[in-house]
Amino acid sequence: MTTVERDVDLAALRERAYRLRLAMLGMAAGKGEGYVAQGLGMADCLAALYFHEMRYDSSRPEAPDRDRFLLSTGHYSIAMYAVLAEAGFLDPAELPTYGLNGSRLPMSTFDDLPGIEIVGGSLGQGLGQAVGMAVGLRIDASPARVFCEVSDGELQEGSTWEALMSGATFGCDNLVALFDCNGVQADGAVHVALEPVADKIAAFGWDTVEIDGNDIEAVLAALAGARASDGLPKAIVMRTTPGFGIPTLMRRERAHFVRIPDDEWQVMRQELEAGRPEVSRV
Amino acid sequence: MSEAQEMVGRTRGMGELIEVEGKTTELAPFGHELAALGRERPEVVGLTADMGRYSDILPFRDAHPDRFFNVGMAEQNLIAVSAGLAKVGKIAYCTTYSVFVTRRAYDFVAIACAHSMANVKIFAGMPGLVNGYGATHQATEDLNMMRGIADLTVIDPCDATELRQVVRAVADIPGTVYVRLLRGNVPVELDSSYRFTVGRATELRRGERVGIISTGYMTARALDAAKATGAQGIKAGVLHVPTIKPFDTAGVLDFAGQYDRLIVAENHKTTGGLATLVIEAMFDAGMLKPVERIGLADSFFECGSQEYLESRYEVDLPRFVRAILANA
Repeated sequence: MTTVERDVDLAALRERAYRLRLAMLGMAAGKGEGYVAQGLGMADCLAALYFHEMRYDSSRPEAPDRDRFLLSTGHYSIAMYAVLAEAGFLDPAELPTYGLNGSRLPMSTFDDLPGIEIVGGSLGQGLGQAVGMAVGLRIDASPARVFCEVSDGELQEGSTWEALMSGATFGCDNLVALFDCNGVQADGAVHVALEPVADKIAAFGWDTVEIDGNDIEAVLAALAGARASDGLPKAIVMRTTPGFGIPTLMRRERAHFVRIPDDEWQVMRQELEAGRPEVSRV
Repeated sequence: MSEAQEMVGRTRGMGELIEVEGKTTELAPFGHELAALGRERPEVVGLTADMGRYSDILPFRDAHPDRFFNVGMAEQNLIAVSAGLAKVGKIAYCTTYSVFVTRRAYDFVAIACAHSMANVKIFAGMPGLVNGYGATHQATEDLNMMRGIADLTVIDPCDATELRQVVRAVADIPGTVYVRLLRGNVPVELDSSYRFTVGRATELRRGERVGIISTGYMTARALDAAKATGAQGIKAGVLHVPTIKPFDTAGVLDFAGQYDRLIVAENHKTTGGLATLVIEAMFDAGMLKPVERIGLADSFFECGSQEYLESRYEVDLPRFVRAILANA
């Protein structure tokens, strides 16, 4: 059973997640393609992070004591731009330039955009940098925390496990790793013997929980449980569904990189709107 | 095995340079200078990948244990953690062997560090044939690899005097730096008046007709050879090029223009490193002169002492002397 703190406005957070999905769909529709399925799967987690758990000021994106979110899987950029626009780091009017030549919003994330902490496209490089940030912030006695997304595909990179060892070695309790286990990667379904992911990460010395990453209440509870200053790094293994919120996309077997004809975008938008939370005031 | 092979060299501490009679040395100049810098600058942190002892960073660890991190045998992680520290305001000095950071962690240096101009200063041990463990431990193509990364500064210091200055100089320039580390009892070759400047070549000796352009500790060989041949009336000039990138094209052309023929020497393959840079610069400037390259072939090299290997592959003092005297 998940218990959400009393001060959480769940309806507002669900509406945020809906708006993130709507923005992502709009970006992908404009370009005609994109890594939209993964972004949709991450929307609930990002809504919980940016509109409840994290402490930041989007007008001061370089503030030393800001909480950091690292998107290790850079090609989830579509989700990042959606949340940065929603959180005030980025003008929403810029979103339609996603993936276009000359845009500041390329298909993979680069850290010259305010709110993007690392260059995320070369997979397996995020968690180690998150460990370094967590260690550095601790040296400075900063209250800031570090949140790092890592995909299940990136669990196939040895460097991710090197970083897991370091997180435990250095006692990074100001670090929360969010493993997005959506079961897909470039060549199709994850076929590498990764499981049991949560047990493995726990065995590496991380305080680990496994949740449904599209259950925003479960995400909030897991994030609340990850605040303990107990010397242990925190891991949240999220089972997510690519394309969550849009049944047509959820049914796609090959959801890593989606190309969809113009007429289908309209269908998808209708599906998304049909699932909009009933209480919708942000 | 010939008698000569048996006689030449002995096993030294891992990555320590050969001792040359009559030369002053300093013990662990890198670690001691870094420890001193750490006392002045609280943002300096030190890291290693299980090479604390063999990279001479232990004086920093002992002085600043709360700012020292050993990630274990994990070079990709060493670079990633260093990048993370840099991105929260630290200057991260990290150490391992050249071969491991260049060959294994290349993508991390390029993307996690250089692309973000992260303040990561990589001190990479055992350049060239210093190490007796063979190709697994001999960095013979690292200058070529690292200068291929945009926005990365690449430095090959000559001696203890220069290495100490490099430790300080790289803290004052933004971005990621790759430095070839000399460890153990490091010779003092350059005068105390020598001043290292990032990106600048320095003429150490004015000569006539033949000029040597060199980097790293090969510059010490060049100076020794120039001195030795001086007794025979040959005046060889020496230009020391410690910064491979950004390359001091103007300084090199200025020097090269003064001589009839040139020798380029590096503790590295003769392709892709200093010789390539010099020849490109000269060709682009329309300066066509004979250039002899002293360095290593495009090969893997076997195990053996530094003396043995450097003699066998002709990057030793006699080779420098022969090159200077050629056509003299």
